[in-house]
Amino acid sequence: MSNVQIKTMRDALIEKIYEKMYGDDRIFFLSADFGAPSLDRLRKDFTSRFINVGIAEQNLINISTGLALEGFTVYAYAIAGFLTMRAYEQIRTNLSLSSQNRQINVNLIGVGTGASYDMSGPSHHCLEDLAIIRTLPNIVLFSPSDWILTEKFVDFSINFKKPKYIRLDSKPLPRIYEKSANIEWNKGSYELVRGSDVCVVSTGYMTHRALKIAKELQVRNNNKIGVIDIFLLKPIDQETLFNILKRYKCVITLEEAFINKGGLDSLISGIIRRRKADIKLINLGFEDKYIFKSGSRDFLSELSHFGEKDIIRAIKEIEV
Amino acid sequence: MNSFDTLRDKSKWVRKETLKLHKRAPESRLASSLSPVEIFVVLYYGGILSYDPQNVQWEERDRLIISKGHGAVSLYPILADLNFFDKEELTKISTEDSFLGVIPDTSIPGFETINGAVGHGLGVACGIALALKRKTSNRKVFVLSGDGELNEGAIWEAIMFASYHKLSNLILIVDNNKMSMLGYQKEILGLEPLEEKFNAFGWKTQTVDGHNVEQLYAALYDLKNDDNSQPKVLVANTHKGKGVPQLEGDPLCHVKSLSAEQIDNILQEWK
Repeated sequence: MSNVQIKTMRDALIEKIYEKMYGDDRIFFLSADFGAPSLDRLRKDFTSRFINVGIAEQNLINISTGLALEGFTVYAYAIAGFLTMRAYEQIRTNLSLSSQNRQINVNLIGVGTGASYDMSGPSHHCLEDLAIIRTLPNIVLFSPSDWILTEKFVDFSINFKKPKYIRLDSKPLPRIYEKSANIEWNKGSYELVRGSDVCVVSTGYMTHRALKIAKELQVRNNNKIGVIDIFLLKPIDQETLFNILKRYKCVITLEEAFINKGGLDSLISGIIRRRKADIKLINLGFEDKYIFKSGSRDFLSELSHFGEKDIIRAIKEIEV
Repeated sequence: MNSFDTLRDKSKWVRKETLKLHKRAPESRLASSLSPVEIFVVLYYGGILSYDPQNVQWEERDRLIISKGHGAVSLYPILADLNFFDKEELTKISTEDSFLGVIPDTSIPGFETINGAVGHGLGVACGIALALKRKTSNRKVFVLSGDGELNEGAIWEAIMFASYHKLSNLILIVDNNKMSMLGYQKEILGLEPLEEKFNAFGWKTQTVDGHNVEQLYAALYDLKNDDNSQPKVLVANTHKGKGVPQLEGDPLCHVKSLSAEQIDNILQEWK
């Protein structure tokens, strides 16, 4: 595997935005004093359109709103948990509410979703964002599983003039999608592996775990598990997704977030329930408590019983 | 521009119309809407603001951000009078399907932003001011905030941002009626010395009697045409509930509603 196969979503995104900023002087990049090696070039080359607003997430959203109301495309960059939760009411009032009758193209980039800042402890874990952003009308919720998807999102983000939340993993991860892939943004989901009876529906980093498990079970037990990657939780084409889901007898939702709170599990169970489909549903993710124990993200998920072995055991116990 | 006598007459008329609106919509925040009356009158009838009622998104307009949204019902009659929308709409306030609620939002022609939650206007205005500079526009961004609203932390994030980025095209007007919902600010957080605080943060400051149209006009004219690089703040000392004895001086007047009979009596006295 060459070096370029593994990359952070953040670097892929920033490099692409850098290219776009060259050709389009109506793009601003704002940061709440948060950096990245790939950001250094952008900061240096676009001194008037890169603004560090300081450690001030509320003002980050407010300044971005003002720029967007005047027609600029804005990227607003910060640590995911602080961006979405410190400034939640700013996001709700100035982006979600205001964009219903004003054109506002603000793209929130939150880095460190789920447990990707595993070692930094519960203040830096971001297990709430899927549910709290999904509940807001008018906001696009993009949760990519790799850097290829992330890079490809930039063109869409410029052309689709709505507020968006781009939730990025902080760690370098291998690519899942082909560079030549034609992403259907109007669909929002993609069946990466076609299975027989059981499928795992996942988002973000968890799609890597789902793919690994599917591969293992295929090799060891010749058990074909499907994997569906949800990259846009909102908007999502529910019909397309349901037409894939209905081929399965059991669907396992897998997310690095609190479960039963309105995130991925609630999206999928809503789709199945509304159509009264006879599909068994299992929801995996973090239990309803914060984790003070130090450890890797794999260890953290094992504490909530959705580590690799836990999932394999759960799949084996399914009677279909 | 109109003469100061005309501006005073307009202010009286706006107070009457605001009371009539309150009679139709008793949930409206009357006291908070009465303190900025002269500020609105001078901005709109005093030739301070550039605007086009037929084209509310006109690029050459000055932007006015009403950050104290709850206290802006008194702007409705002005916007109707200037043909931003049909005067008939005033009679429909708070009825089903009316776009005139007791707290304004962007569905009302002439309102730039959502204003119901306080503490957002100044930060959004900083973004607009930055955008106008980027476009090399000479237009100004005015913000009307309450004084109680300055308790919000996000306001001070914006105050720091504005001076560091030399947003000279930004003019904040503080409707300094010295009260918030539960009484006097001096007994809640003690905002004074307000001008000194703004000075320390790098802003140019002025203070006026916010019910005196001559003082308001002179200050706003100066601040609008001032070329120095600082953001500007005008502290307009006002009285919450100005003109209505049942409200003025009552520390809890923020949520006080008047009965239809009380309003009729006041309107009779003002004839």
